[in-house]
Amino acid sequence: MEVMSFADAIEGALAQAMAHDPRIVILGEDVQGQRLNLLARFGEKRILNTPISESAFVGAAVSAAMAGLRPVVEVMMVDFTGVTMDALLNHAAKLDTFSGGKWKAPVVVRAACGGGYGDGGQHEQSLWGWLAHIPGLTVVVPSNPADAGGLMLAAIEYDGPVIYLEHKLLSDYWLEAVGAGGRDTVQYDVPAEGEHGPVPKVWKPVPLAQAVIRRDGDDLTIISVGVGVHRSLEAAQILEKDGFSVGVIDIRTVAPLDKKTLTNAVSKTGHLVVVDEDYEAFGLSGELAAIILEAGIQVKYGRVCTRDTIPYSRDLEDKTLPNTQRIVNTALKVLNE
Amino acid sequence: MKIDLWSLYRQMFRSRFFEEAVIQLWEVGLISGEMHLGIGEEAIVAGIVDQMIAGDAMALDHRGTPPLLMREINPVLLLKEFLGLQDGLCSGMGGHMHLFSKDHLAASSGIVGASGPTAVGFALAGIHLRPGTLAVAFFGEGAINQGMMMEAMNLASVWKLPVIFVCKNNEWAISTSSPSVTGGNLMDRAFGFGMAAIEVEGSDVQAIWESSSEAFERARDGSGPTFLLTRCSHPEGHYLGDPLLRMSRQPVKEFSKRAGPLFRSVISRKGATIRDRMKSLGDVMSVGKEIAEQVSATEDPLALTRRGLVTDIERLNMLEEEVAGEILDAVELALNTD
Repeated sequence: MEVMSFADAIEGALAQAMAHDPRIVILGEDVQGQRLNLLARFGEKRILNTPISESAFVGAAVSAAMAGLRPVVEVMMVDFTGVTMDALLNHAAKLDTFSGGKWKAPVVVRAACGGGYGDGGQHEQSLWGWLAHIPGLTVVVPSNPADAGGLMLAAIEYDGPVIYLEHKLLSDYWLEAVGAGGRDTVQYDVPAEGEHGPVPKVWKPVPLAQAVIRRDGDDLTIISVGVGVHRSLEAAQILEKDGFSVGVIDIRTVAPLDKKTLTNAVSKTGHLVVVDEDYEAFGLSGELAAIILEAGIQVKYGRVCTRDTIPYSRDLEDKTLPNTQRIVNTALKVLNE
Repeated sequence: MKIDLWSLYRQMFRSRFFEEAVIQLWEVGLISGEMHLGIGEEAIVAGIVDQMIAGDAMALDHRGTPPLLMREINPVLLLKEFLGLQDGLCSGMGGHMHLFSKDHLAASSGIVGASGPTAVGFALAGIHLRPGTLAVAFFGEGAINQGMMMEAMNLASVWKLPVIFVCKNNEWAISTSSPSVTGGNLMDRAFGFGMAAIEVEGSDVQAIWESSSEAFERARDGSGPTFLLTRCSHPEGHYLGDPLLRMSRQPVKEFSKRAGPLFRSVISRKGATIRDRMKSLGDVMSVGKEIAEQVSATEDPLALTRRGLVTDIERLNMLEEEVAGEILDAVELALNTD
């Protein structure tokens, strides 16, 4: 085991995969500058700068995947999938079914996501629930370096379209580029264990659709993803001082969900809080409630999500995104019901 | 409408002085996130905005500060917005990339290319509700490869809408050389949509004003849209703290952070040939240098305009002092009312 940053882990896994499989290409806006080390090793035939034209180059990545390449296409920020939605919604997601299972598009769509650095609601969304809503898309959201590398490898090896979302508070180079910009006059609440952590010497895929228990607990289960996992762990520690035993599950893959791990945990505690940085209405938090109900589990339920458009103002942004205090408050309410 | 270089210079100087104050506020951490400036674009924006009248609309990109200032939006409201205060232009909710003023029919977007369709819709509403008015779309040449921009140009053309598409060409699409990702020639592209097109030097406010006045006439008399191709450069790069510019300004410091992993990548087994690796790397590493060279080769639009006015140095000094006073007062007011 060695310790590595979240960003280096993704790059390490990509480098390992690209060295073994010449069909893997990376394309996207500014990628030659963004992926300088990969460019230095694999050259500009495999790291392709695109124009700012997401609908064209994501659409092309999907069909390139259909025709034999294994593209990792970068849509800088997940917010910009708005520009490219047709390629994902009506094409990548439909191919497998429409072809009767005879044709697949092994494309990875990589994008930065998430807020907490004051860029405003057009560049800080999470949107994993929005994308996971579409049958045919796999959506992964790693919360630490080991998963960041392992899930990237799994995404590349998977034979269908995978949306791979890296949170900007975890990827140091993203936070530097769009947050600090060389300044040391700005601060962010970066979860240390998400940004740096132990990774394997040789990358192996982390299985898709497999949640992981980050902390055991008997009284309450918190289910979360991405940066929310770290906020939840912090909340669990605070609640422990009040005498509550709180477990935390990191779902890692938003679609498809690992229903078994989730229902098992919740059936034991009977209390569930979902912490989701994505929008509250019609999303992951409601989906998890439905899964628990469908499994016939009696549960006290609460959720801490993003309700509204994320404000630019740092103060208002802090109140809008899930934070540790909001999680503790909601957990106490659910526990004391 | 007659050209008044004094008033144009005043607006350009105001915008520059204001954005230099914004740099200071950003550096000390009072402004969060990214900061895209319009420094280098002042002549283009001033030449266009000066000819706008009440009821005209503006669709802005992520560099919306200069057009809004020149459209006489209160600078205190803009500053308070950037500071994230509740009495800012958009109540601290939007920030510099998402500035809106309903009264001025001005809307911005951080999504590259979005100003195209927005201007088309503004123009459509204009011909129904405010005959004789028009809509301006400001965007960079990086936006011209977006489907939505080309679709908007087509729509404006077939509907003969009063739109002026103002393309501010600095030849960099974020940090990628635009010619390397743009097919053909932009003027031909506009002609391909059946649209009138004008190419003009973007540092020269007089040239911008005079050559665009026919676009304003065409729009106002119902003869359809115009594509205005202008050239400019961004001394601060794509945004403040642009890593590629930092690389060229402080090569030793910045490069030493990257050198280890880079070196390992170049010598790792399995990959491209060494010749390909070195070529790819050289191309990217020179981007910051190329931007810096382009900036120094481009005439500063303010310096160019100022030269024409320097014969009346007294009036010029007075104007600059007055503008500086206005902006400094605005900064003071924005920082000290809470």
